[in-house]
Amino acid sequence: MCRIGSIKSRTPIPPSMALKLMLPQQEGHDNSGFAMVMQDLAGVFSPYKEKPLLSLACNDKGKQIVSDYMDKKGFVQVFQWIPELHLRPGLKIEAMPAYVFRNYDYPESMRNADRREREDLLLDTRLALRNLLQKDGNGFVYSFWPDVLTLKEIGDPADIADCFGLWDDTERLLSKNIVSQCRQNTNYAIVRYAAHPFFLQGYTLCANGENTFYTKNMEFQKSLHRGYIGFESDSQNFLYTLHYVLRELKWPIKYYKHVITPLPFVELEKRRDKKELSLIRESLAHLEINGPNTVIGLLPEGQMITCCDSKKLRPVVVGGNDQMVAVTSEVCGLNTIMPDRDASKDIYPHEREMVVIDNDLAVQRWNQ
Amino acid sequence: MESVRTQDVSSNDLPWKIVYFPERCTMCGSCVAACTFNAIEAVMARRSLTVSRKAFPEPVREHMARPVIQRKAGLRNVCVGCGMCEKICPNAAIAPVRNVDSRFPLLARNEGPIKRGGRTNLNAQRTLDSIIVGRISQMTDPSLDSERHTFDIRSPFGRVLRSRELPFRVEGDNLVLTEKTPPVHWIYPAIFSDMSVGALSTRAWEAVALATAYLNEKHNMPVRMCTGEGGVPIKLLESERLKYVILQIASGHFGWNRIIKTLPRMRTDPAGILIKIGQGAKPGDGGLLPAAKVAPHIQSIRGVPRADLLSPPNHQGLYSIEESVQKMHLSLNAAFGFRVPVAIKCAASATSVSVYNNLLRDPYKICGGFFMDGIQGGTGAANEVSLDHTGHPIVSKLRDCYLAAVAQGLQGEIPLWAGGGIGMTGNAAADAFKMLCLGANGVIMAKIVIQLLGCVGNERGRCNSCSTDKCPTGICTQDPRLVRRLDIDRGAENIVKYMLAFDSELRKLLAPVGNSSLPVGRSDALVSTDRAVADKLGIQYAC
Repeated sequence: MCRIGSIKSRTPIPPSMALKLMLPQQEGHDNSGFAMVMQDLAGVFSPYKEKPLLSLACNDKGKQIVSDYMDKKGFVQVFQWIPELHLRPGLKIEAMPAYVFRNYDYPESMRNADRREREDLLLDTRLALRNLLQKDGNGFVYSFWPDVLTLKEIGDPADIADCFGLWDDTERLLSKNIVSQCRQNTNYAIVRYAAHPFFLQGYTLCANGENTFYTKNMEFQKSLHRGYIGFESDSQNFLYTLHYVLRELKWPIKYYKHVITPLPFVELEKRRDKKELSLIRESLAHLEINGPNTVIGLLPEGQMITCCDSKKLRPVVVGGNDQMVAVTSEVCGLNTIMPDRDASKDIYPHEREMVVIDNDLAVQRWNQ
Repeated sequence: MESVRTQDVSSNDLPWKIVYFPERCTMCGSCVAACTFNAIEAVMARRSLTVSRKAFPEPVREHMARPVIQRKAGLRNVCVGCGMCEKICPNAAIAPVRNVDSRFPLLARNEGPIKRGGRTNLNAQRTLDSIIVGRISQMTDPSLDSERHTFDIRSPFGRVLRSRELPFRVEGDNLVLTEKTPPVHWIYPAIFSDMSVGALSTRAWEAVALATAYLNEKHNMPVRMCTGEGGVPIKLLESERLKYVILQIASGHFGWNRIIKTLPRMRTDPAGILIKIGQGAKPGDGGLLPAAKVAPHIQSIRGVPRADLLSPPNHQGLYSIEESVQKMHLSLNAAFGFRVPVAIKCAASATSVSVYNNLLRDPYKICGGFFMDGIQGGTGAANEVSLDHTGHPIVSKLRDCYLAAVAQGLQGEIPLWAGGGIGMTGNAAADAFKMLCLGANGVIMAKIVIQLLGCVGNERGRCNSCSTDKCPTGICTQDPRLVRRLDIDRGAENIVKYMLAFDSELRKLLAPVGNSSLPVGRSDALVSTDRAVADKLGIQYAC
């Protein structure tokens, strides 16, 4: 089972905090990778918060392909950070040759474009780069969005941290939100794109468990939006549904829970809004999930959410103090990063609950 | 050497023989009275017998005239193997046995094409039995407990809107409906399919209706029954129980005069309307209720005189799908104030995908379901050539239609209901579950329902005499003496008990794949042990 976790902090925190949250949860051979998405960045990216940031793992040829494409499309590179890799014998990591994080200025043609146009351009650019890099295996592009950084790697999470210098808490790499996952992949054909958190147009999501309605979800999502591609992991479905409900349909956030885990008909009958909920269930029946899952999401405006499947078959806990709130699979992670918090206030969301953490760290609990 | 009239029809030319044990027979005559086909008779016949007439044993072999039961010769009174003689005989003295060397198919055509009821006897292959629910939740995710968990066993019946078309307005944190939407009812994923009053006896029809109401009201199982094309008793039309009934309109429009006239007095809406274009058995052949079955009450309910009642192969006023949607769907929707889902039923065919695609483009959002019936569906009366040689297997055609909708992102918008052989081997729940995984929203069942009432017909040529008005079980006849053979309450009870078992068995299949709601389109839950089936349906091959 994947262990997932996220931290929302008043002040920017380094990735080591996420590692400290995740590593105590590691069990057995639960060590096939580490991935994280950072949002609301500080550190070296502070001056470029408005500039879309490309997160890339590639070889030299891939780097060239990306540069050529971005030049051709009129993107102007304004900043680049290439982390120094501390590779040494004995580290369990399958590192790519280069990790590139670049901020770009929008092409001149987008000067007067509205927000939606710009967001669509960023998506189409990422999809195009992915296509170009995938063709000959020259690299992976994980996100291209302002103020969002993604890192994914295969190997032992602690070794990945060593290699990337993630234990180094100098103020180089910081953010107010981190969503991360230490991965236990039951399928040995490990694909980097299959590692969550997944990112799409401002929405970040990681999930654990098995999406038993993967085929249904996937077949339906394929024709919903051009960005719903890949499907390397059955957890991508949760992201695409989140994106579809909130960004495409523009429904309030609580309806995400209604879509993925609709109320049973006996409960629906008692509701005043049964007509609306019934219509949603009818129209989006193929986006229902019906296996054991917990979802952690991060929204474009910084809200962090969590909810689980309709039978609460996968655990999740939310805990916090004045400075930060964390959501994670197992409480030992919380105990490590916030040993002095009031654990009696920890929340173990139930099967009909959604927890939303606002930017001011206010925690809302909402019952479906 | 004695000459033999080899062209005479004798018992060994016919599909069933009678085994008779005279030493057990008491000549009570029950078997003769019970045989609705008049296939056996009591006669005096010369028999060889060993007797002892003295005060002490002195066996003597004698020839004497004895009363015996024997089958009639000839093609007019053929034994159909229904076994009523065996069922009624108190001494187990008589029973029909299958004659594997029957020449009946050759001889019977002397009288013209062979007509019968039942299912195809030639294409009884079972694709669904080569499919296994093979994706079991093991460690990666937990299986559920079929007894403990709550299962949401409901399917949509009605036109489903695309999420982007839902007329919602955001008010604060809520979505509020701003316009009327097409009616969609969430019902049990098995419909008792269309068998008319006429094809069925009034008692059989009443038993099915009773079972339907009982399942709804006592067991919270919203099963619906479809009337078939034959009208509906006024009493039901004016009853609250009409809400469990899907009214059918087919090409003969039988009974609709009464239905329309009763509209102002209906206390509730029917569960739906089903426009029947065709059926799985004898597709393209229309319908036929032989004059023999058009009893006075049938004349009354259908508003017709005693005559062969032919439903034409086509709806005479329609010539295209678009027109059908515009005219029939729209007018039937309008007749019930756009409150009742209107669906359409077609025979599965090589053209089904085109039909479904066309319906999916229905701009008025008024097609509330596509019912498809495969070659293994049953019928009350048909030419055998049609039953055995026309039609289309349902499984792959259902899958084709579902995948056609998937390719366009339209799956679920017009619910797919499929039938034709569901429960043919007795386990309808397993069949239904596999059909759901392949993309059906639900299944339609008919033959199995009358089998539960006591019908003894099967796919190996037993009985299948629904067309004769001589149904030995009182199910497919209008002969009042025969109809009385059917105990309505026991028949309904059998259906109810079966459906309760069906429901439990469905849970037993949902639980190991870890699902509490119906896995419509979850083809990854299935594997097939037949490579060709796996390839055709796009599921895993397993061996």
